[in-house]
Amino acid sequence: MSSKLAKIEKRTAYLLILPSVLLVFSIILFPIFSNIWISFKNVELKDLRIPEPRAKKLVKSIKDNPTQIKIIYKLRNSSLTQEITNVKFKDKYPDNIEPISLNNKCQFKSNLLKCELGNWPKKYRENLEIVFQNTNNQEISKKELKSYKPKLSGKSQNILLTYEFTLNNFKKVIKDKAFIDLLSTTFYYTFFGTIGAIIFGILAAQMVNQKFFGRTFMRSVLLFPYVAPVVALAYTWELLLDPTSGTLNNLLINYQIIDGPINLLGQKYVTLNILGFDFKLRLALTTVIIFEIWRYFPLAFLFILARLQAVPKELYEAADVDGANPIQKFLNITLPQILAVISILFMIRFIWNFNKFEDIFLLTGGASGTRTLPINVYQQGFSIGDIGMGSAVSIVIVVFLLIFMFIYFKLLGKRADEN
Amino acid sequence: MKIKNIFTYCFISSLFLFSLICIWKILVTLQGIEITNFNFNKLFIFGIILCAINLLIGKKLNLNIKIILLALLFSIFDYFISTNLPIWYSFGIFLISLFFFNNIKDYDKNFLSKNHSSQKLFFNFLTLFGITLFSFVILFPFYMMLVTSFKTQALLLLNPLDFSINFAQGLPELFKSYFIVFKDYNFGRYMLTSTIVSLGTVIITLIFAIPAAYAVARLNFFGKNFLSTSILIIYLFPAIVLVIPLYTIFSQLGLRNSIEGLLIVYTATTLPVAIYMLQGYFKSIPKELEEAGIIDGQNWLGIIFKIILPLSLPAISSVALYVFMIAWNEFLFSLMFLDRPNTFTLSRAIQFLNVGAETPRQYLMAGSVVVTLPILIIFVYFEKYLVSGLTAGSVKG
Repeated sequence: MSSKLAKIEKRTAYLLILPSVLLVFSIILFPIFSNIWISFKNVELKDLRIPEPRAKKLVKSIKDNPTQIKIIYKLRNSSLTQEITNVKFKDKYPDNIEPISLNNKCQFKSNLLKCELGNWPKKYRENLEIVFQNTNNQEISKKELKSYKPKLSGKSQNILLTYEFTLNNFKKVIKDKAFIDLLSTTFYYTFFGTIGAIIFGILAAQMVNQKFFGRTFMRSVLLFPYVAPVVALAYTWELLLDPTSGTLNNLLINYQIIDGPINLLGQKYVTLNILGFDFKLRLALTTVIIFEIWRYFPLAFLFILARLQAVPKELYEAADVDGANPIQKFLNITLPQILAVISILFMIRFIWNFNKFEDIFLLTGGASGTRTLPINVYQQGFSIGDIGMGSAVSIVIVVFLLIFMFIYFKLLGKRADEN
Repeated sequence: MKIKNIFTYCFISSLFLFSLICIWKILVTLQGIEITNFNFNKLFIFGIILCAINLLIGKKLNLNIKIILLALLFSIFDYFISTNLPIWYSFGIFLISLFFFNNIKDYDKNFLSKNHSSQKLFFNFLTLFGITLFSFVILFPFYMMLVTSFKTQALLLLNPLDFSINFAQGLPELFKSYFIVFKDYNFGRYMLTSTIVSLGTVIITLIFAIPAAYAVARLNFFGKNFLSTSILIIYLFPAIVLVIPLYTIFSQLGLRNSIEGLLIVYTATTLPVAIYMLQGYFKSIPKELEEAGIIDGQNWLGIIFKIILPLSLPAISSVALYVFMIAWNEFLFSLMFLDRPNTFTLSRAIQFLNVGAETPRQYLMAGSVVVTLPILIIFVYFEKYLVSGLTAGSVKG
């Protein structure tokens, strides 16, 4: 009896999870694996269009003979690169209409015109002309004829499904001189974005954890950058930072803090002179990182605040009795309590910043030294149009991601053991 | 009383006051009023003097009279060193200094002679300072977005720092950018698409996720542990590695430029987090309730609908709001999959506006307000649910 119940339970469970598993498999897992397939192929964006046989139907009346009509089909192969084999043609006609003569490719049977048009090479064009007559010697209505659309079918080779593979994409990725630069930009962006967001998150959480007027409102406000759509925020920032008409530059010039406008998003390097040493700061990248911190510190704030509120008050009271000062309290009580949250946060944010695409894409489009790996996927795949290369870069991202996840779950497992 | 403490107190206080004044001056400048100098030296030194006076008076005077007196002194001083400024500017200065002196009114000689008083002082100011600065930095872009949408290109070229809203021109003229964005740029249609896509994603995700989450939380089956860990792993895979294969597959299936295609992708990408969040909650529902249901002769479906669902409404609403937010804000897939304007979502439409040649910035900002406002209203209104959703699911972003 119990084994039967267990069986029913099992079957129900599979039934309940099946739809989700199927969907996630086909839209997330399958594409990740097909990345591997595509990355070993030489595919370009223009190859993705499946070649189609196309026909345009023109209806022309014949002079002085309203019972007859001429129909011209303008046939063509839509693809400029591939041939279509075994093209079949089908069109429907109203009753009482018949072709006067037909070539041997076509047949007319019970109002249906069927043709076998053979193989079409690339860029192929042909006109098919047929004259029809009304069997009852009545006038033919052009409108009715036009209302039917011809249907064509044909086979073509799908470049994605062939078994031709190449290693060129990966060779190009690794041999590319910019690859090291690409990696260092990505890590620079990821690391400083993550650290900055966490530091500001701790500061904000410390503040909001105290009682003051308007505290709940403050908590909502702090989350605004995180919940608002990235498109709106990125374009607002772009307008604020614009070198000629941007508010920030105009304000700084107005207060005579700077002499001329600074192109914060369009300038790759700026030389800073600190204590006699010249530092080369990557300006556009720094600006993008600041945007990143501005947008994502609320998340760190939320996590850390939740943890801070769970810290027992007695600890602080005991510290007060011992005469500890605020810095000691922070270092010896608060920090150890939130360290676990911070490490998890760091890993998660690191993974997500590593894959961040929208923010940089919208702010700079990857120009002036802000090209990271995800931006490169887009540029290779869609700007240059080399789908295979784009996929190869995606694979590089996935490999890094797997390494990070391994570390993350190792850490998580260790944490679970400790508790 | 240590000299060091007095010095830190005066220095930090005056610096804080000065930064408050700076923020106020920036806001006033953006109303088109000409202020070209922060007057750092004079204001800072005068601030130090006033703070010292505050310390000297201590509690000898009624505290309310003391702060009003000090604030008045400060505003009058500011009025004399700056010229040709409207009276509301000085009134603002007065209110700010009132707020400031109200905060330092309790400090006197006794406080400063206590242990760690300079550190405490520092932290108190850091909090105040932080709250003001953080709110300013966060709200400033939103504020600029809003006020830019009320200006015109010509006015902005004339004075790029004048963002004052002229109410005298009448409402139709004021909201002109919004009318144009909706009329000429078809934003009504995009808004409808965005709403349909987001709501559709929420509904389909819930239909898929609730049974799956229930199975993972409650039922025993082979591969359960594997499934629950893979949910988290799958969730960590970013959209950018899916984009190329999905693009190729969708273009061959003819699913690009269709709402259906977008719905499928959004649902699949939000499903793992929805299942992850829901199963956690389902596990917290006492098992006895379900057992009672089984005794009453309910089948699995009955248990889900009659017992689990009513009990987990808060969790379901936070999942729904979170998924809605993700779908509404989503940009990458809509950029990839939509290139015909009649299928655009709001985010994609705004990007199209920006790329399109020479769209005046007030239209761009009006569009941005249109896409931002609904989500902020929803967020503020359902803050409790959304925050719990964010904390549970915010591994993504």
